[in-house]
Amino acid sequence: MYRIVKKKPLNPTVTLMEVEAPAVARKAQPGQFIILRVDEAGERIPLTVADYDRERGTVTIIFQIVGATTEKLNHRAEGDFIQDFVGPLGVPTHTEGLKKVAVVGGGVGCAIAYPVAKKLHGQGCEVHSIVGFRSKELVILEEEFAAASAKLCRMSDDGSWGEKGLVTDALRRLIESGEQYDRVIAIGPLIMMKFVCQLTKEFGVPTTVSMNPIMIDGTGMCGGCRLSLIQDGRRVTKFACVDGPDFDGHQVDFDEAMARGAMYRDFERHAHEEACNLFKEVESRA
Amino acid sequence: MPNMSLKKNEMPSQEPDVRNKNFKEVALGYTPEQAVDEAKRCLNCKNRPCVSGCPVNIAIPDFIQHMAKGEFEAAYQVIARSSALPAVCGRVCPQESQCEKLCVRGVKGEPVAIGRLERFAADWHNAHSTEAPQRPASNGKKVAIIGSGPSGLTCAGDLARLGYEVTVFEALHTAGGVLVYGIPEFRLPKAIVQKEIDGLKAMGVKIETNMVIGRALSIDELLADGFEAVFIGSGAGLPRFMNIPGENLKGVYSANEFLTRVNLMKAYLPGSDTPVQYAKRVAVVGGGNVAMDAARCAKRLGAEEVYIVYRRSEAELPARAEEVEHAKEEGVVFKLLNNPTQILGDETGSVKGMECLEMELGEPDASGRRRPVEKPGSEFVLDVDCVIMAIGTSPNPLIKSTTEGLETQKWGGIVVNEETGLTSRPNVYAGGDAVTGAATVILAMGAGKTAARAIHEQLKG
Repeated sequence: MYRIVKKKPLNPTVTLMEVEAPAVARKAQPGQFIILRVDEAGERIPLTVADYDRERGTVTIIFQIVGATTEKLNHRAEGDFIQDFVGPLGVPTHTEGLKKVAVVGGGVGCAIAYPVAKKLHGQGCEVHSIVGFRSKELVILEEEFAAASAKLCRMSDDGSWGEKGLVTDALRRLIESGEQYDRVIAIGPLIMMKFVCQLTKEFGVPTTVSMNPIMIDGTGMCGGCRLSLIQDGRRVTKFACVDGPDFDGHQVDFDEAMARGAMYRDFERHAHEEACNLFKEVESRA
Repeated sequence: MPNMSLKKNEMPSQEPDVRNKNFKEVALGYTPEQAVDEAKRCLNCKNRPCVSGCPVNIAIPDFIQHMAKGEFEAAYQVIARSSALPAVCGRVCPQESQCEKLCVRGVKGEPVAIGRLERFAADWHNAHSTEAPQRPASNGKKVAIIGSGPSGLTCAGDLARLGYEVTVFEALHTAGGVLVYGIPEFRLPKAIVQKEIDGLKAMGVKIETNMVIGRALSIDELLADGFEAVFIGSGAGLPRFMNIPGENLKGVYSANEFLTRVNLMKAYLPGSDTPVQYAKRVAVVGGGNVAMDAARCAKRLGAEEVYIVYRRSEAELPARAEEVEHAKEEGVVFKLLNNPTQILGDETGSVKGMECLEMELGEPDASGRRRPVEKPGSEFVLDVDCVIMAIGTSPNPLIKSTTEGLETQKWGGIVVNEETGLTSRPNVYAGGDAVTGAATVILAMGAGKTAARAIHEQLKG
C-alpha cells in the first residue's frame, strides 16, 4: 500500500497527488511512468511521473479525471492509500546534448512536459515552452513553466487565457521567425502531437512525442500498448512500455494510435458513469 | 493385490456444456475411493522408470504406495520433499509426456494416473492439514529471486528449506507469475496458487510485489545490497505477432494480454474495473496450451464461435492432448492447416474478419515436423470480430539491458550452465522461460530446483 502524502486539485478536472513510493522515487526520471491500481478490483493504469523527491521518497502524479479509475483515485484523500504503485517504467526522455528545445504541452500533457522542460532548463538548455489549454479554468503549471523557460507561449482554444489559437500556430510562428531548435518535444492529446509532427516534418525539426496507450502490465508482457512506427516505408511494431513511451514523432502512426485508444471507450464511459453515480449516492447519504 | 485394470480411473469433471459457461475448475478430482483404487494399479516396480521422467524427481512409487493404503498425508509428504508446488503440478504438468509416459503399466493399457494421484494428495493435504510448515533456522545468507512464477517459487522454497533468507521480487501486484496471469482459473484455481505461496511465506520467504528488477533495482544493486546470489526467473517476455497487415486493429490481442485481462484482472467478474472485449466470433492463432487456454476463456466469455487457427495438422499441435480434447468438447472449432494472411478491419478500425490460406504438409523441417506449404489460390475469409495471437513470446530485454556482462543467446534467452543454472555472471543464476523460451511449468520448476542446489553448493562454504 502506498500513502498519498499530498493532494491538490490543479483545476476542476486535474488533480496532483504526491505518493510515498521510495523504490520508485529513488530511480524515477522525467519521461518515465508508473502503473497504479487504486484498489483490489481496480484496473492497472499508467501515469507519467510528474515529479519526484528522492529524499522524501515520494513521486508526484498529475491526472485528469476521465474514467472510473481516475474518478476513484480522485476520491482518495491525503493520508489514504493506493493499493499498488509500480515503477519507474519506460525509458527516460533523452535530454543529453540538447542546447535549444521547444517543449510543446497540451492540456494535462503539460504535467508530463513540465518535468522535461525543468530538466532541460537545469542542464543549461534554452527552453521555449508552448502550452495550450481549452480555456483559462483548465490552466495548470503556469508559474512552473515560466520559471523553466526562456520563452513561454500561452495558448487557449477560446482566447480566455493568453492568445487564442492552437499550439501549432505558435510553434509555426517561432520556427518561421527563425528560431532554430535542436528538437521539439511534444506531449499532449494524440491529435495535437500529430499536427505538431506534421508541422515539424515540414521544417525538418526532429521531434519526440510521449505516447500513452492502453497498458496492463507495463513491463513488456502483454503487448496491449503496441503502436506502429513507419521506418523507411516499413511498418514496425513497438511496445510503448519498454521501447517508449518516447518515440520519434515523425515515425508514429497517430491514426492507428487514436483508433486503438478508443478500444474500450463505451466500457469506460459506462464505468465512469457508474462510478460517479456511486459516489453521488454515497455523498448524498453522508 | 494390484489392480490390473488396463484403464485409468476416470476423473470426474464438469459437463462440457455446463463448464464452457463458467470459470470454475473443469476437473473435479478423484474421490478417496477412486484414488486408492487407482494407486493400486501401481506395480511398485524395481526400475521406477517414472521417477526419471519427472523433472523434479519425485519418489513417485513411494507416494503411490502410501496412497494405496489410504495414507494420503504421508503420500503428500513424499511429494513435498521434491516439489514446492504439488497441487499445481498435479493439474498442469504434461504427465503423459513425462512420468506416465515411462510407466510400465502403459506398455499394455494405460499408465497409472500419476498426475491425478498427485493432485489428490495435494488437495487432501490442503483440505485436512492444520500443521503450519516449519520455519527453518536461518543461516543468515540472503538470496534474491526475480520473478514469482514456477521457477522462482521452486528455487525460493528449496533455499528457504535450507535456511536461506529468500526475497522474491515480483513485477506484478500478485505473486504467481504465469500461474496467475496466464493459466485460467478453470484449469488452475487461483486459491490453490495462493495456498502454495502462503506456504512459502510461512517458511520465511519474503515476497515483494510491484518491484520491477532492471528498473527499480538492478541485479548489481541486489548483489551490492547483501544478496549473495540472485536467481533470474523472469519468464517469457514480449508477445510475438505474425507481422501481417491488420494486427494492430481493435480486437486483436496477444494471448498474454487477453489472458491477463481475464485471469489476473478478473475482467469476467462484474466487479472488476478492467475491460475485455466480449466478442461474438473469435479466432485464436496458434496450437499450444496457451492457445487452448485463450480459446476456452473466449468461449466462457460468451463467444458463439471460437476457432483455433493452426498452420499444421492435428498431429503437430503442441498443446497437451487433454487440453485439445477439452477444448473440442467445449465447442471450440479447429481450423487446422490454415494460416492467417491478413486481418481485415471496418471503418472504425475494428476487426471484421481474418483472411487465411489453406496449407498442406510437405517435407519435415528443422524441428522434425512436416513443414506446412501454402496452397495457392486457397484464400478465404473467416468471419470473426476478435483475433488472439498465441504464437509465442520472445524474452523481455529489461534484465539483459540493465545487467552488464549477462550473456544471452541471439534470440534473447539467458545463457546458463545446464548443470547449475549459473549465468555468465558470478553468483547470478537463471532458469525457466527466461532461459529456454516458452516451455512448461514443471520444466521451469526443475530449473529452479537445479539452481537452488547449485546456489547451496556455492554458498554453504
